[in-house]
This record gives sequence, structure tokens and C-alpha cells, in this order.
Amino acid sequence: MKKIYLDNNATTAVHPEVFDAMLPYLKDEFGNPSSIHWAGRNPRKAIDEAREKAAKLLNCDVSEIIFTSCGSEGDNLAIKGIAESKRDKGNHIITTKVEHPAVLGACKYLAKTGFDVTFLDVDSQGMLDLEQLKRAITSKTILITIMFANNETGVIFPIDEIGKIAKEHNILFHTDAVQGVGKVPIDVKKLNVDLLTLSGHKIYAPKGVAAVYVKRGVRLVPLIHGGHQERNRRGGTENTAGIAALGKACEIALRDMAEETKHITALRDRLENGLREKIPYVRLNGHPTRRIPNTVNLSFEFVEGESLLLNLDMKGVAASSGSACTSGTLEPSHVLLAMGVPMESAHGSVRFSLGRGNSAEDIDYVIEALPAIVERMRSMSPLYSTAAKQAANITFSESGSCSH
Amino acid sequence: MYSEKVMDHFSNPRNVGEIENADGVGTVGNPACGDIMKLSVKIEGNVIKDVKFKTFGCGAAIATSSMVTELVKGKNLNEAEAISNATVAEALGGLPPVKQHCSNLAADALHAAIEDYKKKHAK
Repeated sequence: MKKIYLDNNATTAVHPEVFDAMLPYLKDEFGNPSSIHWAGRNPRKAIDEAREKAAKLLNCDVSEIIFTSCGSEGDNLAIKGIAESKRDKGNHIITTKVEHPAVLGACKYLAKTGFDVTFLDVDSQGMLDLEQLKRAITSKTILITIMFANNETGVIFPIDEIGKIAKEHNILFHTDAVQGVGKVPIDVKKLNVDLLTLSGHKIYAPKGVAAVYVKRGVRLVPLIHGGHQERNRRGGTENTAGIAALGKACEIALRDMAEETKHITALRDRLENGLREKIPYVRLNGHPTRRIPNTVNLSFEFVEGESLLLNLDMKGVAASSGSACTSGTLEPSHVLLAMGVPMESAHGSVRFSLGRGNSAEDIDYVIEALPAIVERMRSMSPLYSTAAKQAANITFSESGSCSH
Repeated sequence: MYSEKVMDHFSNPRNVGEIENADGVGTVGNPACGDIMKLSVKIEGNVIKDVKFKTFGCGAAIATSSMVTELVKGKNLNEAEAISNATVAEALGGLPPVKQHCSNLAADALHAAIEDYKKKHAK
């Protein structure tokens, strides 16, 4: 069976060059990077080089990179680390309703421990209102944490403008750029960002490694107290192989981004236009243009997302959905609901996120396969067959939450 | 995640559609939860002669809808009313724990359809 992977915002396949770059540190170069003897020297060198490569991608200094185990740890370190170090200055944090669970979870945790958190709304295209952000700022605001690009819709927030606002008010600004790094050029100096999270496995490195950029002079309390690693900001023996892999992935991103963006944008647009031409009642979730190049999120009205994913999977196509049934909860995507997408449309959403491995043939295969799947599912749907109008007559409990 | 039996009923659902001039129709569900089931029955002399369903929902919702129609066809009303959501889930070889709520709809839709029939024929 054909295998087409369109779930690159979930994770990516390791790049062959990245794979080669990490192998020595899983074999002969096993030493502890902190050791002064021969076994530790090459691993130490590998970490130093990886740090240079990550710093180069973001245009920052090597001393400003902290390696962590995952993006969620990076987000937690940035948010909780700043909150704790700035506690005497204020207790107010501003974020948005559409952040990744790592950011939302860290903020909700802080809210339980005496912090005030403002969750900004987004509009129907998933965009922020910067005036609302300005109005939310108080004398107690110590941190703004707003994602670079949304993992579900791909919508890019105006990070440079948010950075300016934060700077004007002398507030630290963290951005979860896990979905932005490697897909669009990011220069932390130009963006006025104080902290930024990136993750290895979204940019063709393996799972288990990530990094946080922390601007020089910004102090944060570590999550892990232990060794002296990462300048006392992240204790624990370094994951040498993972860090070497992340460094290589950063190097490749810098080298290949321009060309890959062209290729991936063309394929994404081909997919988006092809599906919307062939299938009626399709809604685009997100901003039509202000999006990372690889992502398109569509709602296929009158059908449920998990059913679509199962059918796609049977055809070898891997994608993901904002349907409740794929998240292990009863509520559909918090991102789509924050955008005001109706419940049943949110349940029928499918996210296609492309990557470097995709070809035009892959895309054409999906454009060929999906219309028949949607038609079959719609023919089974009581929301569709009795016409959308009549569906309104079915008595639902119109509460915003799932009650059965 | 799903058993083979669930995937079989999901990919080849039995008795899809709507019965014209049905004797009873039951619709249950909630768009907030992402599942709505509509089940229609043809009843002759206390026996369910025909049954069809339409479902908007996940894999479990579609599979349980299909299974309940298979279980109930040819049964008399008493037997049909005895079919519970657990019966349906069991007949499918079990459902993942997170899907229990989806399986709580199929028998409900059946019972609602029978109720509808009884109301119409309560003379």
C-alpha cells in the first residue's frame, strides 16, 4: 500500500544527514561531555558545534541556547522559569487561547499558584487583535508568551509587532516557535524576542531534544536542579546524540529552507485548491495567507474528522484532526473553538501538514482519494442527507459542551 | 486502537440509509460531542422487519450503529428493548475506553425509534 505522510506538524521523519550526524554519539563517542578525559572530549565538541548551528539559525549567541529534552520542557522552562524569577516584580502573564498545551498547561499551573493569566482571544481567521493585547498589559505584567505559528491552523502571529509592544512596556516576551523554526526565517534580534522554544523532531531531528533561546541577561529559575550543565540552567547529562542531531537539523534548515519552502508551498496550495475544487462544503480554518507554508486545516462539513482519518489511513494517508475523538477528550480542538468554528465543523476538521518528503504524486493521490471518502461519509450522515436545513430541526442539546 | 470487528463494521457498514414511511424514527446525539445517530425501523406484527441508520460520528459511532442494526433485525420488540449499549459494544469485541461514550448512543437510538413507534401506535 502507498504510504503518504501528511502529519509533519505532529512529528517528522529523521533527515538522513541528521541520522548520520548523531550515530557516532550512540556508538564509539559515548563519553560524558563533562568528563575531562579522552572519552568526553569529542562529545563536548559535538555539543559546542550543535550550539553554534542552533545559534546561527536564530541569529543569536551560543551562550543564549539551552538544550532541553522536548518542546514542552522548553516552554515550561521559559514560562515557569521567568514567572519564578520575576515574582517580586509582578504576577501577571499574557498568553492566548490557542497556544500549545505545553504553554496553556504551564500558564494554568501558574494561575493556581497565585499568578494572574490573561488568555487573549483570536478572530475567525485565528488572528490576534494587538489592541486587545495592549489593553491587557498592566503594571504587574511580567511575561507575554505567544506562539509563533499555530500547530493546528498554521496561522502566523505578528511576532515582530508583539515584540515591539513588549519591549515598549519592558515586559519579557517568550514565543513557542516549535512550528515556525525551520519553516520560515526567524531572527530573534529583529523580532525583539527574549525567549524562544524550538523542537528537534519537528525539523527532521529525532524526538527527545529541543532548545530554548534565552536572551543574554534574562534570568530564569531552572526546572531541573542538578548539575552545572547548560550553565546551571538545565541540569542533567547531555543527550549528546540528540543535540548533535538538532545541530545538524538547524544547519540543514538554514541551508535548505528557501528551496524547500518553495516546493512545500506549491504542494500545499495544490492540495488545498484541489480539494476545495472537488469537494463542496469545505471550510478553510485559519488565515488564507498568513500561514506557515506546510499547513492547511480544512473542515469537511457534515462528516466527522476521526472517520475521515480512518478512511484516509486505510488508503495509506496519514493526517490529523481537531475532532474530539482523536484527542482523547470529548471536546473538539480548543484552537478551532476559540476561532468560533461551530462544534460540528470543528469535529470535521482535518489538518494536512506537509514536509520535505512529499511529492506532487502524493498530493494528487489525496486529491483523488478524498472526494470519494467524503461523499461516502456524507451519504451516511444525517446532517447531510436530509439536507442541512432539516438538520436544524433535530433537537440537540445546544449547550456548548458534551453532556452524554 | 479498534478491533478488527469494529473496523469491519466501520468500513462496510450494514443497513445504511433511511426507511421511507418508517414506523418509528429515533435520533440521538449532540453535535458538541461530534456524534448524531438517526435510526429508522419498519415494524410488522411486533417484529422489526427492517432497520436502517444514518450516523455523523467517529469510527466507534458508525460501527456501533451498524452493529445494532444487525443485532435487532428480525427481533421482536421485547428482545429489541433488551439490547443495551453494553450488548452492542460486546458484540463488536469491545471498544477502547475513551470510546465508551460513542457506544452509548446506538442502543439509545434504537430505543428512541421503538418509543416513537409505540407513541404513534398507542391507540
